[in-house]
Amino acid sequence: MRTRKLGFMTAAMSMAGALVLATSACGGDDSGSAGSDRPVTLTYWASNQGPSLEADKQVLQPELDRFEKQTGIKVNVEVVPWSDLLNRILAAATSGQGPDVVNIGNTWSASLQATGAFVPFDDAALAALGGKGRFLGPSLAATGAAGQPPTAVPIYGMTYGLFYNKKMFAGAGIDGPPKTWEELIADGKKLTHDGKWGLAVEGASVSENAHHAFIFGQQHGADLFDSSGKAQFDSPQQVAAVKQYIDLMAVHKIVNPSNAEYANGTEAIQDFVTGKAAMLMWQSIASSVKAAGVSEDDFGLAPIPLPDPGTGGRQVNGMVAGINLAVFQHTKNSDAAMKFVAFMTGKETQQTLNKAYGSLPTVNDAYDDPAFQTPTITAFQQILANTAAPLPQVPDESQFETLVGTAMNQMFADAAAGKPITDGYVKAKLSDAKQQMTGGN
Amino acid sequence: MVVSTPSRSGAWRGAERGGGDGGGGRITRLIPVWLRRAGLPYLLILPAVLLELLIHLVPMVIGVGMSFLRLTQFFIRNWLAAPFAGLGNYRVAVDFDSAVGAALLHSFLVTVAFTLLAVGLSWLFGMCGAVLMQRPFRGRGVLRTLFLVPYALPVYAGVITWSFMFQRDSGLINHVLVEQLHLTDERPFWLIGGNSFASLVVVAVWRLWPFAFLVLTAGLQNIPEDLYEASAIDGASWWRQVRTITLPLLRPVNQVLVLVLFLWNFNDFNTPYVLFGKSAPREADLISIHIYQSSFVTWNFGSGAAMSVLLLLFLLLVTAVYLALTTRRRSRA
Repeated sequence: MRTRKLGFMTAAMSMAGALVLATSACGGDDSGSAGSDRPVTLTYWASNQGPSLEADKQVLQPELDRFEKQTGIKVNVEVVPWSDLLNRILAAATSGQGPDVVNIGNTWSASLQATGAFVPFDDAALAALGGKGRFLGPSLAATGAAGQPPTAVPIYGMTYGLFYNKKMFAGAGIDGPPKTWEELIADGKKLTHDGKWGLAVEGASVSENAHHAFIFGQQHGADLFDSSGKAQFDSPQQVAAVKQYIDLMAVHKIVNPSNAEYANGTEAIQDFVTGKAAMLMWQSIASSVKAAGVSEDDFGLAPIPLPDPGTGGRQVNGMVAGINLAVFQHTKNSDAAMKFVAFMTGKETQQTLNKAYGSLPTVNDAYDDPAFQTPTITAFQQILANTAAPLPQVPDESQFETLVGTAMNQMFADAAAGKPITDGYVKAKLSDAKQQMTGGN
Repeated sequence: MVVSTPSRSGAWRGAERGGGDGGGGRITRLIPVWLRRAGLPYLLILPAVLLELLIHLVPMVIGVGMSFLRLTQFFIRNWLAAPFAGLGNYRVAVDFDSAVGAALLHSFLVTVAFTLLAVGLSWLFGMCGAVLMQRPFRGRGVLRTLFLVPYALPVYAGVITWSFMFQRDSGLINHVLVEQLHLTDERPFWLIGGNSFASLVVVAVWRLWPFAFLVLTAGLQNIPEDLYEASAIDGASWWRQVRTITLPLLRPVNQVLVLVLFLWNFNDFNTPYVLFGKSAPREADLISIHIYQSSFVTWNFGSGAAMSVLLLLFLLLVTAVYLALTTRRRSRA
């Protein structure tokens, strides 16, 4: 009896010992140590920019190899899908365990800045990257709250434009892209027939919806947050802006009701590149066009129509979209991480990667490459430089995207089901979103 | 680990010797026999209890702690710095006049309706399947295997396939309903709007009825064949046999089965998440997705934790009442 008990205790204790060992092994997971002779290894989480995670890895790997050749620093890259990226960044910020360098959606900058998990880029750090002046102004404005050093630096720039199918436009006898919102609707009606639709939207995508709520809100002169940072999603201007977007399906019927269930961020592009819809308000579609095997020349890009200057809204037709690169505060290799940031914002890397992704370089000196002088890129560049506004750089920004975007999912679902979308209905939904914002805090 | 074993058992012996005055046998004698006997089972489950504490209870306690904090993105790096919210998070969650509380209540009611339907239908299908497969016939093995396929499939693979089938324009369901059977002219939506609730129930039942079938089949194996033979001699019909032999004898199995199905469905996160993505339609807004939205997606972890605690309390209450009722009824029977 006693020996058995002893044997059991031994087993139990060694089990407990093993458990402790296992836990400490987790805790001791270093990705390299600075100051030693051992080669430094960085871990880098990249966002998904191309048609697949694997495709992105193939784009990035040659550049990372080049970096290793230059500096001796090895970079392990993991491409993280958008659906996981924010959660994983939050988990890394909470635990202090995770990558050294990470891509973030630039609209999250201020929200993530508030966590204090990232190394701020003060003037000295920016000077090491070639100085503030090297970066595109609008992109640099979307890197954190005003008056604070940027929490990240821009690496890929993007904005919204109106893509249109040249053949479908010619077939309907339309000369060129619409210049006013009324023209867009009229053209859309002409193009909607026989299972083809005027315009495609990603109606169940929270972030697409939120971005359009912002862009049209600007056109109506709405501010999502007042000067004290309080949410005001249900102002009359914002209601009008959201309704303007939903009405494309609900009233003007130039959007296929099926678009109300498009959620994964690719379906509207598919409808557009396969000719099921004639127009699309989107960021870069270059990699999808390539994947579909159609020519980019079939499509034109125009600015989303601006409002009549007499109506009092702002002359905005795009948001400053894009990807920023941030360095985690918990990194043990901050020197190497900063070298990597310098590499990623370097002219050659900027040219190679932005060419591959169809996005805009975020540093001025990269534009001498003829690849960035195509009509599409030039049009995007002009929108970004002149008529794009950054989403509010406040800590609550990501909540705005989630709550208002989700409310708009519901509006599209109701519009698709044929329910009337009235001002009162839109206002009620937006008020709910606003309450949820303030309710929990 | 192997190396540490002797030293640890040595330490145990040493401690034992230090504690008593002399040999290890004497200290054992100091502990009364009844305690030694009664203590053994507890000692045996000690590792399980410790691991359970570590894996389940500690996170639960942390979750309860979180629910009293205003834990937003400002404090996730240092939770202790988060301001104490007292019952604030709870007050917001149960204030059914506010948007947050109203949404939580709505989500709760949707979840109750969903769970009742999903559990009821899963049990009914499982029961029918098990009873029909009780007697041997040709092809029984094949059918049984076939029935278990949904349960054996990875959740993600199964549910994502359903989500493709439910698509309005290119989905199989609408293809059959509209183009093959011509039941409606207008293509219905299945992933948004009111129908999304039905879709969710269908997928949940598809996924879980094989489990009910499996458990009930196992339960039926324990019912002695002579009971059926005896009742058949007495002229009992098949339906009578089901009512008076099968169902009463399956009661202990059913008791556990229904509870487990209830808890799984009420807590189900995977099915709605894969079917609808991060933001479920209002009509199919199950509570686990709702809580996820309230904490992760809106970065308000304190509020989400408070809702989780409320959910936990509710499930504990239901389980306790259920067990109390069913056990009493059984002991009376």
